[in-house]
Amino acid sequence: MNLHEYQAKALLSDYGVTVPAGLLLTKSSDTSVVEKHLPESQLGRWVVKAQVHSGARGKAGGVKLVEDVQSALDAARELLGTRLVTHQTGPDGLPVEAVLVEPAAAIARECYLALTVDRALQRVVMIASSQGGMDIETVARTSPDSIRRCVINPTIGLAGYQARELAFSLGLEGAQVKAFVTMALNLYRAFVERDAALMEINPLAVLDDGNLSVVDAKIALDDNASYRQPEWWSRRDANQEDPAERKAIEHGLNYVSLDGNIACMVNGAGLAMATMDLIKHAGGSPANFLDVGGGTSAEKVTAAFKLILENVRVDAILVNIFGGIVRCDLIAEGIIEAAREVSLQVPTVVRLAGTNAEQGRRMLAQSGLQLTAEDDLASAARTAVALAEKHGESAKR
Amino acid sequence: MSILVDDNTRVICQGFTGKQGTFHSEQALAYGTRMVGGVTPGKGGQTHLGLPVFDTVAAAVRQTGAQASMIYVPAPFAADSILEAADAGIEVIACITEGIPVLEMLKVKAVLAQDYPEVSLIGPNCPGLITPDGCKIGIMPGAIHQKGCVGIVSRSGTLTYEAVAQTTEAGLGQSTCVGIGGDPIGGLDFVDCLARFADDPQTELVLMVGEIGGGAEEAAAEFIRQGYPKPVVAYIAGATAPADKRMGHAGAVIAGGQGTAAAKCQALSEAGVHVVESPADLGVTAARVLARTTEGASSL
Repeated sequence: MNLHEYQAKALLSDYGVTVPAGLLLTKSSDTSVVEKHLPESQLGRWVVKAQVHSGARGKAGGVKLVEDVQSALDAARELLGTRLVTHQTGPDGLPVEAVLVEPAAAIARECYLALTVDRALQRVVMIASSQGGMDIETVARTSPDSIRRCVINPTIGLAGYQARELAFSLGLEGAQVKAFVTMALNLYRAFVERDAALMEINPLAVLDDGNLSVVDAKIALDDNASYRQPEWWSRRDANQEDPAERKAIEHGLNYVSLDGNIACMVNGAGLAMATMDLIKHAGGSPANFLDVGGGTSAEKVTAAFKLILENVRVDAILVNIFGGIVRCDLIAEGIIEAAREVSLQVPTVVRLAGTNAEQGRRMLAQSGLQLTAEDDLASAARTAVALAEKHGESAKR
Repeated sequence: MSILVDDNTRVICQGFTGKQGTFHSEQALAYGTRMVGGVTPGKGGQTHLGLPVFDTVAAAVRQTGAQASMIYVPAPFAADSILEAADAGIEVIACITEGIPVLEMLKVKAVLAQDYPEVSLIGPNCPGLITPDGCKIGIMPGAIHQKGCVGIVSRSGTLTYEAVAQTTEAGLGQSTCVGIGGDPIGGLDFVDCLARFADDPQTELVLMVGEIGGGAEEAAAEFIRQGYPKPVVAYIAGATAPADKRMGHAGAVIAGGQGTAAAKCQALSEAGVHVVESPADLGVTAARVLARTTEGASSL
């Protein structure tokens, strides 16, 4: 789960990390709130930032610099209720339902600080770079020497010397070193206690007055740990997620929207990806990734069909089930039920393999529905691609 | 021969009397697995599926000589179960449970590495492992397997069954199949399994099923490149997966341009691995490669 910038800063603040004083505005905010509570700015300037789950908001027009209360209000009104399109969001963008107003800071230079799990090392690593304000992948390409990493032993946690090493590598000096070390240690404590998957302060600014400032913060929490972080999971902003993907989660399905026209429904994540690859291999393009789970049920299959058919681009459906613990005859029953319930019009290819596959195929054949049964993986994909082409053409006519 | 487990392996189940534990223990018994008992804290002394239930893994090991355990304990308690098994002297631990917090597994791995280096952990979030006709520890359908010469190691569940069915169809069969799981932090990886298959006389070819995310396939490629005694066939799922999207498995995500199927396939190809583009070609490719290897050997 991703947090908004304002949520990330609140979380960090809980752990003693100093963050700028901010004011959160939504459509229902009273305009007088801005007059009364606009945080003090030494420069007499403020930034108004759209709260969406995406980076690169500035370039997309989601961050505005303003000089008085009135223009802050104007900027907030201009952003709220719109959808912000960044190069990370896709063409539909994300809804702006809140803006964060913070005093602008006099920034001398921008650094980068992050915590993440290194899969190869199986350790949490802290990453710092003197080159902040851009994404770390770009920094890794353009100035890899500016990046320092320290590997954290879970028994000890982040050691003081490691934090100091990073501070010096960033060119910090005097009181800045101590301030950085305190921040780094607090950040690590927050990471561990809140089950984070990623924490990123970018930029971590060195201000003209020498102080450090958390200008922007991004936090992603580990989905597996949701059961023990109820406080933060209750603040999940589902409106920032793809509606189809959100609905899928409610039904215990794993769904990812793609831009092709052949929908697939598969049991198991690996087989689901493999099915997408097969469609591509056969000259088609997958409309989605959909894993109904290893031990799926007729209800899940019905929910999955409905979800798939909400996508108007779909010209064919490929169902690929390898029955292990789950029996193919039960799956066939679910498919038939679902097809009747949604009065299925889209050509559908069903490939059943494994436990009771033969029986399942027979049930599909006898159902009187327009379902094409296949038992071979590759030919199922080829058939789906061919049917999609035909369906797409006839739809055009 | 086989790797990790065989028909002599004494197996227990943690979470034995729960719904999952019960169902899959029944399946394991029906397959002929030498199950010797199970563990459910508070139910020690009872009998379940005709086998003794113990309060602790330590008691189970003391009284049954158990060597392997399969864990079906819910996610909040599964990390603890892994440590309990390791501390009791279990050698092969298969943790089927999905959804263990990453930082929890990170600590477990650190403890295993330091205090129990001899333990082989499979998973979590995996189908388990099976040595056909000998020992089934996990949720895979036993019937599709056939004793044979292909060692299978995979990050996926149902996609592994696909590979199994194809090698059975091709008449090759399997020595041992290990589902190493789809989490970012897990137990045995490709390299660990490849190393074990290299030493197993029954295994003539290794079939590797990888997927996007992380660098485990690249590490395997490097390991193979340094000289691997057996042919390897590989398929990497997710060539069509978009970047920065988690594809079902917690570990299946292309992050910051790293972990793409293309990069993994290239690394494996360069290491001499037979990489197949279509998952439908795993079985036939394995058969072709083996036929060629055998021909090569006989012509010497």
